[in-house]
Amino acid sequence: MGLAIAVVLTLITAVSVSLISAHFWWFPVDVATHGPAIDHLFTLTFIFTGAIFVLAQLGLAYLIWRYRDRGQGGKATYLHEPAMLQVTWTLIALILFVGLAFMGHRTWAHMHYTGAQPGALRIEVWGEQFAWYFRYPGPDGRFGPIHPSLMDDSMGNYLGLDRPHDQASKDDIVTATLGIPADRPVQLILRSKDVIHSFFVPELRMKQDLVPGMEMPIHFTATEDALNHDGGRYEIVCTQLCGMGHYKMRAFLQVMTEKKFEQWLKQEAAMQ
Amino acid sequence: MGEVQRGPEQRKRFVGKYIFSVDHKVIGRQFYFLALFAALVAMLLSWVMRLHLGWPNVQLPLLSTLSPAGAPGGVLTPEYYLSLLTIHGTLMIFFVLTVAPQAGFGNFLLPLQLGAREMALPRLNMLSFWTTFAALGVLLSTFFISDGPPITGWTAYAPLSAAGSITGPGEGMGQSLWILAIALFCLGAVLGSVNFIATTLGSRARGMTLHCLPLTCWAWFLTAVMILLSFAVLLAACLLLMMDRVGGTSFFLPAGMVISGDLIHRGGGAPLLWQHLFWFFGHPEVYITILPAMGIISHILSCFSRKPAFGYQSMIYSMMAIGFLSFMVWGHHMFVSGMNPYTGFAFAVLTMAIAVPSAVTIFDWLGTMWGGKLRFTTSMLFAIGFVSVFVTGGLSGLFLAQPPLDVYLHDTYFVIAHLHMIMGLAGTFAIFAGTYFWFPKMFGRMMSELLGKMHFWLTFIGAYAIFMPMHFLGFEGNPRRYAALTDNFLKPLIPMHRFITIAALITGAAQLLFVSNFFWSMFRGEKAPDNPWEGTSLEWTVSSPPPPENFSGGTPVIYHGPYEYGVPGSEKDYVMQNSPEKIAGG
Repeated sequence: MGLAIAVVLTLITAVSVSLISAHFWWFPVDVATHGPAIDHLFTLTFIFTGAIFVLAQLGLAYLIWRYRDRGQGGKATYLHEPAMLQVTWTLIALILFVGLAFMGHRTWAHMHYTGAQPGALRIEVWGEQFAWYFRYPGPDGRFGPIHPSLMDDSMGNYLGLDRPHDQASKDDIVTATLGIPADRPVQLILRSKDVIHSFFVPELRMKQDLVPGMEMPIHFTATEDALNHDGGRYEIVCTQLCGMGHYKMRAFLQVMTEKKFEQWLKQEAAMQ
Repeated sequence: MGEVQRGPEQRKRFVGKYIFSVDHKVIGRQFYFLALFAALVAMLLSWVMRLHLGWPNVQLPLLSTLSPAGAPGGVLTPEYYLSLLTIHGTLMIFFVLTVAPQAGFGNFLLPLQLGAREMALPRLNMLSFWTTFAALGVLLSTFFISDGPPITGWTAYAPLSAAGSITGPGEGMGQSLWILAIALFCLGAVLGSVNFIATTLGSRARGMTLHCLPLTCWAWFLTAVMILLSFAVLLAACLLLMMDRVGGTSFFLPAGMVISGDLIHRGGGAPLLWQHLFWFFGHPEVYITILPAMGIISHILSCFSRKPAFGYQSMIYSMMAIGFLSFMVWGHHMFVSGMNPYTGFAFAVLTMAIAVPSAVTIFDWLGTMWGGKLRFTTSMLFAIGFVSVFVTGGLSGLFLAQPPLDVYLHDTYFVIAHLHMIMGLAGTFAIFAGTYFWFPKMFGRMMSELLGKMHFWLTFIGAYAIFMPMHFLGFEGNPRRYAALTDNFLKPLIPMHRFITIAALITGAAQLLFVSNFFWSMFRGEKAPDNPWEGTSLEWTVSSPPPPENFSGGTPVIYHGPYEYGVPGSEKDYVMQNSPEKIAGG
């Protein structure tokens, strides 16, 4: 029995480690400038946890096999509290784990402690059950005010703009696709009309909840390389349970060259 | 309050003896059966969900009988999928993992292991059980109302859960009943915890100092303290949520919400407040389910390694540290919620800090086995399985504890894998280990070791087959709580989902081995001796099952610590806690 568990534990360890290191099922391509730092942190964490995983599981397997009761009589080792040993490994664990937290901190700080660069393209991302809308401020660079009482999907006024009366609203552009230029800083301001949604683009390595009543800014820059995969088109999915249609709440991120982006935005503006 | 005076056992009527009993041994078994029932229902629900994920158009005729609206023609609707996952999560986390290791085993064993005749507050204990029972009834009643169960998952995030039926099916009466069920559960849990604390501090036998307590008792005691502090908060949060739904308040509803085209005339509330309150309960809750499991596993590993529990003191300090820190890490559920990013870093460091005492417990378990003489009973096998899944689930936690990585993995199947490994599997493995270990004491008969071992192998291998691939789904970015996989990047993952479904069906079917072994042994099993595993703690000094008054010859006197196995110079390889035998260094 001891041998059987030891073998099964070893097999589980071997299969898990080889499937992970073979990257059969793996992260999608990474198309944001902050992506490599995150992927690097992932690699480090994989190595760190992988080493512990192998050591612990194989250690367990070894102990089970080595110290199985062989029916030869006698007693087990009588041992209670080797204090030095315990202090040592507690300290080692403390340094390793908390060290890992501080390593991750730099990437986090870079993403979240600073705002978007000045001159970043500002876009509002709106979620509702179960659709996405995106708003561009237009040539004046200002978003018009939102009037919840005017929100009416059937009239096409998804965000409750009062275009006849609000100057800033007049040139606002509301789209169903999130079009962005490559290689230019983008600031998204996430807002929700109803319940909590979450904005997730796996290729951007980015996720942020949209909370009603709050405006949540995030920022990123898509790389030039983003144009080269899937025609620059990436799925935006909702990852916060938002109701019955949660699984099909989806839109697309379209990364374009600067020139194409300007054209696209003009076309969209003409359709308002 | 003193012990309850009871007349001769024969004169007690059936109802008083088995139903409205104040005997901790009956109440413990009642809690255990409640958890067993909840676990079976939850497992059936998971089967339906898994089948649906693998084969979305599969017809389950039985299902359309249960809910014609939720499964017309036997095909699950997306909203009913969400209802099932809500009830699956709620049943497992509250009614199985919180109930069985703590209220089930704890009630049965705490007085026996302390050398007490009864729990300190037997009537409160009975009230605790019946409140929990009512909570379960209210929760399951949601299946039988036209609205169906709620669709918000076990976390019930506001405003989805707060704005009423306008937010979706199940969000009318179903969600209100869910809140009522959880509020009742909180009440039952708090009543039980008071009793555990009072009993541990006040009803110990002579000589049973805190340094002689079995680790199980320490775990139950510390967990009771955590329950007292955290379930009270959830109870308050549930009341606030209910007020938002029926009282017209706006604790969680901000101004300017437009749901399904209707402007909601409320304002001033904060959706994040619910998350803070919920996770202030929710994270300690994770450890509330796992601390008793840690105690049980330490106890069993020591017995079947025939060796003192390695690092008895460090295990106690680790559990205290885990209990203490568990109240300071709730924010790691909220890295992408919109919480201040600086707070995110603080929670990341504290979360990594809680990994330290967790790692120490693993060292202690490995240390217990090191140099031992391991006996591979079914109970021991599940204890070993526990250590393995606890390591695996703990390590995936190191990814989620780092905010930049959590941003990618949050709300994907990676989280499902993590929580099932560390909480679901570790918790159920501990329940299984405890069941095979204490069944003889609880029911007076032995369980079949052959069936038990078959059950172990299928469950252990099956568990990895189900949950290891879910990590890979998480790498691919597969969001959780999706009723169907319609996105382009998810479609290639359907074969993986089918593999998981098949593994889940087989592993689930293997649980029938357990159930049949359980009930067969209860009536037909070999009669159990007092101390079948050659254990040292006090429950093994009394008959199996124990007499109503627990210790017939008067309360025992304690001379030794709880894990005196393999004592040099002693006649046998174990010295029981009440044995007056002198031992070197003991």
